[in-house]
Amino acid sequence: MFKNKSFIIGITLLILITSFAFVDNTVKGQERLVLATTTSTENSGLLDELIPPFEEKFDIRVDVVSVGTGKAISLAENGDADIILVHAKDAEKQFVEEGYGVNRRDVMYNDFVILGPPADPANIKGMKKANKAFKKIADTESTFVSRGDDSGTNKKELSIWSSANVEPAGKWYIETGQGMGASLNVANEKEAYILADRGTYLAYSSDLDIEILVEGDPELYNPYGIIPVNPAYHSHVDYQMAMAFVGYITSQQGQKIISEYTAYGKVLFHPSAITSENLK
Amino acid sequence: MDYIFSALKEAINLIITLDSEVTNVVGTSLKLSLTSTFLAALIGIPLGILVSKIDFKGKYFLNTVLNTLLSLPTVVLGLFVYSIISRKGVLGEWGLLFTIKGIIIGQVLLILPIVVALVRNAIHDIDEKMYKTALSLGATGSQKFRLLISEARYGIIGALITSFGRVIGEVGVSMMIGGNIKGFTRTITTAIAMETNKGRFGFALALGIILLSLSFIINFILYFFQSGESK
Repeated sequence: MFKNKSFIIGITLLILITSFAFVDNTVKGQERLVLATTTSTENSGLLDELIPPFEEKFDIRVDVVSVGTGKAISLAENGDADIILVHAKDAEKQFVEEGYGVNRRDVMYNDFVILGPPADPANIKGMKKANKAFKKIADTESTFVSRGDDSGTNKKELSIWSSANVEPAGKWYIETGQGMGASLNVANEKEAYILADRGTYLAYSSDLDIEILVEGDPELYNPYGIIPVNPAYHSHVDYQMAMAFVGYITSQQGQKIISEYTAYGKVLFHPSAITSENLK
Repeated sequence: MDYIFSALKEAINLIITLDSEVTNVVGTSLKLSLTSTFLAALIGIPLGILVSKIDFKGKYFLNTVLNTLLSLPTVVLGLFVYSIISRKGVLGEWGLLFTIKGIIIGQVLLILPIVVALVRNAIHDIDEKMYKTALSLGATGSQKFRLLISEARYGIIGALITSFGRVIGEVGVSMMIGGNIKGFTRTITTAIAMETNKGRFGFALALGIILLSLSFIINFILYFFQSGESK
């Protein structure tokens, strides 16, 4: 019946390759901790330095899932992560208050910057207050690009708008619904203003014409917190390991790695779990 | 334009130096798409034959549903599978989210309609007389099955090629179900999405070139077998 030998050979080959793939798959039988975090932390490259020593010490694999802060929190609420490392203080507080997370700790911080075209049509360059700068952008109806994706950066942006008493809407306000990098490119193409975390901006700066116009306002402070998922709520989470990770990341060793990490020639994150005198 | 040249250079460089991160994502992608295609073939080919050869009530409806599923967006399927295998979902206890197995489930569901529909079409196209002759000569069930497979082999391989192409190039399911975990569930496509987000366009394009080259090689092999007989 099967005159076509090559067909059989082809199928056999496929089966062989596939079964090989299956065998290969079983190598990774280690225990794992699922860490849901923001794209800004993973993209910075910091986690590649921070996590391996922990993995080695505790003989565990940390699986990093990087999504926006909003999604990281909802993953954890559904019990799909063991621990989260995010930056949106109010949302974090709510997450803990609703009983999804326990033992939140400060880990590190960096800051947001307001970027805009060098021509600066809203004339905000050098302003000290982020909300006043936002107000000016709105008043002059200068194009502003928003992430619009419920990320930590998006939440921060919305909180600045509300502290500026502005309801951002209209032709000048563009919501991309995309990540920081993609949104930076949109802002650059449209010669628009945008709020960005400093790390991602630095990663992109060589390709961008828009530049830092406002920085240093305490309101632009960007703290990162780590929160294990509450084992009373989701009994399957690896709470022991999650707490071990909290302990590690807030320890001298972990904090030192954070303070010494540089990318693009700049320090990206500042440790905040222990004071600098204790960081020796 | 600049990107493309530097990407080409980077792609060649990555291949020559066997960059460990690249070999890792390439391995994961290959493993996933071959396994998914194989499993979908295992389930889909018999189903396609059944749909084509057996008459039943509601067949018209089933065929329409099958054809509709061909345009299923991967993100929608990803969401659907997520809602089932999330800890909050029906199969939550199995802990399939962010695992290789989870992605395979999603990908098989993604291409199963393709395999079934294309196999169905391939069986339709077979010369009806030959099949009837075999029946009249008293062919047994397994003989009928083998005759159909053998006669429709070009169409069936075509279905597998299409399915393989769909899974190796898809992002939605791999991203949502796999989570793009480094060294574990990161595939070529999710790595491309991530590198683009990081602003490393050259590297992302290089990965794209590698993906297309791989796809080319696999299609080359399959096409060789597909056309082997017709000389």
